[in-house]
Amino acid sequence: MDVSMLQRTYSDLLTSLFREGILNQQFTELQQLQDENNPGFVFEVVSLFFEDSGRLINELISNFNQQAVDYKKIDAYVHQLKGSSASIGAEKIRSVCQTFREYYDKNDIQGCYNCIQPLNQEFVTFKSKLEALFTLEQQIVAAGGSIPMMRH
Amino acid sequence: MAVDTEAQFHVLAVDDSLIDRKLIERLLKVSSYQVTTAESGIKALELLGLRDEQSTSPSPSSSSSSSLSANQQEIEVNLIITDYCMPEMTGYDLLKRVKASSSLKDIPVVIMSSENVPSRIDRCLEGGAEEFFLKPVKLSDMNRLRSHLLKGKSQVQENEIHQNQNDQKQKEENGEVSSSNSLNCKDSKRKSREIEELSSPERKRQRFPSSSLVFIKKK
Repeated sequence: MDVSMLQRTYSDLLTSLFREGILNQQFTELQQLQDENNPGFVFEVVSLFFEDSGRLINELISNFNQQAVDYKKIDAYVHQLKGSSASIGAEKIRSVCQTFREYYDKNDIQGCYNCIQPLNQEFVTFKSKLEALFTLEQQIVAAGGSIPMMRH
Repeated sequence: MAVDTEAQFHVLAVDDSLIDRKLIERLLKVSSYQVTTAESGIKALELLGLRDEQSTSPSPSSSSSSSLSANQQEIEVNLIITDYCMPEMTGYDLLKRVKASSSLKDIPVVIMSSENVPSRIDRCLEGGAEEFFLKPVKLSDMNRLRSHLLKGKSQVQENEIHQNQNDQKQKEENGEVSSSNSLNCKDSKRKSREIEELSSPERKRQRFPSSSLVFIKKK
């Protein structure tokens, strides 16, 4: 495929991720920490996030399905998820975590429960979009091109 | 890779989140610091040489087991940056332990937190923390570390000067040294120059004091 076409697709995808609020400025900060000496930094950290949050969300879902729900444990998981999503710029995930914690603070169990499905959905979306982004990056590099830098 | 001949500031970064550890490590390395990370306050204290809960200095006959592996050695650091919210030992607890230790109390400590709680911030600052960073920590935050690091170093150098001057005075009184003034001046001048060099962006190799309150001998 034409390199410039790949680059354009990449730029469009990245722009849309910011525009839709899936990513925030923190993701740009991560990209700025990447350089020739450490070209896989963003991929490494985001991959860790995929693993980490995937696990956390599964724990959340299984905990909510139990007879006696351990809300303290659930809150701890969400706190973790909120922290790591904030660290990588996964804005929508972070935002749902925030909403969850607001319900939790008000002892609104239903409100908490209603966050779980959206949380899972946002995670699935985030993962597929970022995987697409990384695939494009790999294709661009393989075709001898450079990754377009975005200014936000 | 070429050996780095420039002495770098060594920062110990403590965070229970692996992602945040990776992030802070990268931020620090990009800012030219040498970095060691720890996943807990307890691990951090072990690396700094405080193994036993009660004692403040490592005791060879201590029965408490150290979980440092054979490869891990004690480190000397110029700054500790730690997350606040950690299980078992919070960043605040770690701060208090460091400040209570005669060997570590002069190491500047910075606390990070994802939550902006004024009472928490005040508590940490009153507990001796130099600064409080709100997470996620950014590259621009790294600039704020430099002043704390330089302050820590200058303090050590100043202590050395006073120590030298006192030693010199003692020698004079004992009639050991005749032309003490020039020696004094030269020593003071050398130390002053070292302090100036510390403030310059180009840091030259520094001689770490061999017996110091702050530094543990690096093997």
